[in-house]
Amino acid sequence: MALEEGTSTSSGNTVMCLLTNPEGEPLGAPLYLPQNIGPPQLQEIVNKLLNNDEKLPYAFYISDQELVVQLGSYLAQKKVSVEKVLRIVYQPQAVFRIRPVNRCSATIAGHTEAVLSVSFSPDGKHLASGSGDTTVRLWDLNTQTPLFTCTGHKNWVLFIAWSPDGKHLVSGSKAGELLLWDPHTGKQLGGPLTGHKKWITAISWEPVHLQAPSRRFVSASKDGDARIWDISLKKCVISLTGHTLAVTCVKWGGDGHIYTGSQDCTIKVWETTQGKLIRELKGHGHWVNSLALSTEYVLRTGAYDHTGKTFSSPEEMKEVALARYKKMRGNAPERLVSGSDDFTMFLWEPALSKHHKARLPGHQQLVNHVYFSPDGQWLASASFDKSVKLWNGITGTFVATFRGHVGPVYQISWSADSRLLLSGSKDSTLKVWDIRTHKLKEDLPGHADEVFSVDWSPDGEKVASGGKDRVLKLWMN
Amino acid sequence: MAQGDYIQLHEKRYGKRLDHDERQRKRKAREVKKRSRVAQQALGLKGKRIAKQNYREKVQMKKTIAMHEESSTRRKVDDNVHDGAMPAYLLDRDPTTRAKVLSNTIKQKRKEKAGKWDVPLPKVRPVAEEEMFKVIRTGKRKTKQWKRMVTKVSFVGPSFTRKPPKYERFIRPTGLRFSKAHVTHPELKCTFNLDIIGVKKNPNGQMYTSLGVVTKGTIIEVNVSELGLVTPAGKVVWGKYAQVTNNPENDGCINAVLLV
Repeated sequence: MALEEGTSTSSGNTVMCLLTNPEGEPLGAPLYLPQNIGPPQLQEIVNKLLNNDEKLPYAFYISDQELVVQLGSYLAQKKVSVEKVLRIVYQPQAVFRIRPVNRCSATIAGHTEAVLSVSFSPDGKHLASGSGDTTVRLWDLNTQTPLFTCTGHKNWVLFIAWSPDGKHLVSGSKAGELLLWDPHTGKQLGGPLTGHKKWITAISWEPVHLQAPSRRFVSASKDGDARIWDISLKKCVISLTGHTLAVTCVKWGGDGHIYTGSQDCTIKVWETTQGKLIRELKGHGHWVNSLALSTEYVLRTGAYDHTGKTFSSPEEMKEVALARYKKMRGNAPERLVSGSDDFTMFLWEPALSKHHKARLPGHQQLVNHVYFSPDGQWLASASFDKSVKLWNGITGTFVATFRGHVGPVYQISWSADSRLLLSGSKDSTLKVWDIRTHKLKEDLPGHADEVFSVDWSPDGEKVASGGKDRVLKLWMN
Repeated sequence: MAQGDYIQLHEKRYGKRLDHDERQRKRKAREVKKRSRVAQQALGLKGKRIAKQNYREKVQMKKTIAMHEESSTRRKVDDNVHDGAMPAYLLDRDPTTRAKVLSNTIKQKRKEKAGKWDVPLPKVRPVAEEEMFKVIRTGKRKTKQWKRMVTKVSFVGPSFTRKPPKYERFIRPTGLRFSKAHVTHPELKCTFNLDIIGVKKNPNGQMYTSLGVVTKGTIIEVNVSELGLVTPAGKVVWGKYAQVTNNPENDGCINAVLLV
């Protein structure tokens, strides 16, 4: 090791360090490192110890604080003793870097009522939006103009969801019906899927590594049950009843379980072959508004990643998606975070226990949206108290608060490299926050009224936002 | 009207007539026509009574038919598409505390320059000087009468210090000084307790504006930062104009309506 020779040089004092990965396992033996080394040199050491073929970027944290200067200055600042072994946690960063969006490249009108949800397809090539005028519209990203208008719903389109293989789009409305669309032609595939008695609150597809091509998805409704639908049979296969009040959020986990959060303050974990209840997670004092899984981003994008590869067969897609999912998850169980009206969030490991692992208080108003970062290291929460809070995604400890909005923050979205966070709020602005510096990166005003939905494309190029002013705005760098 | 039961007795002994059933049937058939004829030809009070009775029966019959015709299939509660579409996470929530965004700063700036305003109270009763001021007699013999005390509510601002008593002409009593106003948003119909930043214009005269006197119809500037309004350019709005709608000296508070 080239750097170990420098222990007895006159460059100054040395300190004993132990490099550990985010889960706490040490990497190699403790090393004597000179105090004039900084993150770049530490990066080289880690790359060598892990025997990486390419130089992967890492970020280093000492007791949850990021190390940006040389070790010596850090120790002097924090007055850390050099007698004990210093634990340095390394976190892999994304190889690619996403540039923050800073300008509105297009304002596309088309909807005649408020835009209620926008979503990019998993490969980032298509964009769909659902609105209060009962239509779903598909937009062309190359020319930034409308592509298709899909009519058929009887009431407001509340939620849209892309299948992880990018071949289907399903939308749920206030009338309780679900419609399937083909994104390439804009035509409806089959008749409406009815069964729910009240409006649809959330939709989640089965991960593509469990089944390719995507066939099943689960929908949650105000009437208190969640239903699993099969698109090839065009009917509801299983109905998950049990909640006494509206189901506000549903997520299909990577291990095949379905998590539903409801207004009756509980979260239920279901298994998908027979629709049986496995666990009930109690603890919240008020409605559960939002759920987030640590592997959510990987499940949403399926086999697609920043390289933009296309796949010829469903089996290939399934293998690649499985590899990506395994890499993302590692050995740890899936983590689930729930945000609630009682101003707190809970971190659960539902596969292990029905008691929460950590309690995340701190917000002064209800928590509307929680979202794990794509690499699972961070967790962001948007609340009606006008702030966005950042938490450690593994332990649940609080990291930072992002203040700047003057109205309740409705939705958040991460960039694909987990370095930037986007938030849309009732005050009609979007704000981009930098995770490294914990500060505001870009302020994106321009909407004339509340922003209801934001989405960052998986390839990181564009951001789409829609709201009460009925226009869809595309933002680019 | 038979007195006694001799008809029944005869029927019991000898049975009914052979064409009894036929006659009954025909009589019943004629009842309908008889009823109709009577209803059409009856006059006066009797006619009115019959008509009222028939109407009551008709209404009852219609209701029964409608009840039977109601289909037993369950129908969705809300079939119509309403305005004001909201995403799912806002559907169960109360929307009354949502304030609107400033829609047109340019128009507002232009209005400010012109000094013309679309105000809710365009005309107010003019307040005379005798009503506004009370003459204070000063001096050893109480003959000097150059001081005036304001009898209406006034706003002085946080950094206000009185002039030396020997030189101050207008006295604004502390009891009539207010710093907050109850401001109503005209569209949302909800009221906020907001700080006053300053008095912009008092319709009774420029002197009252400079003194800070607040009467009915005065335009005041209030601090709206707690409403969370943002201009289209992304700047936060913290001051807006409002017009006073009550007589503050009678009520003990300033009620105003926000000028959007």
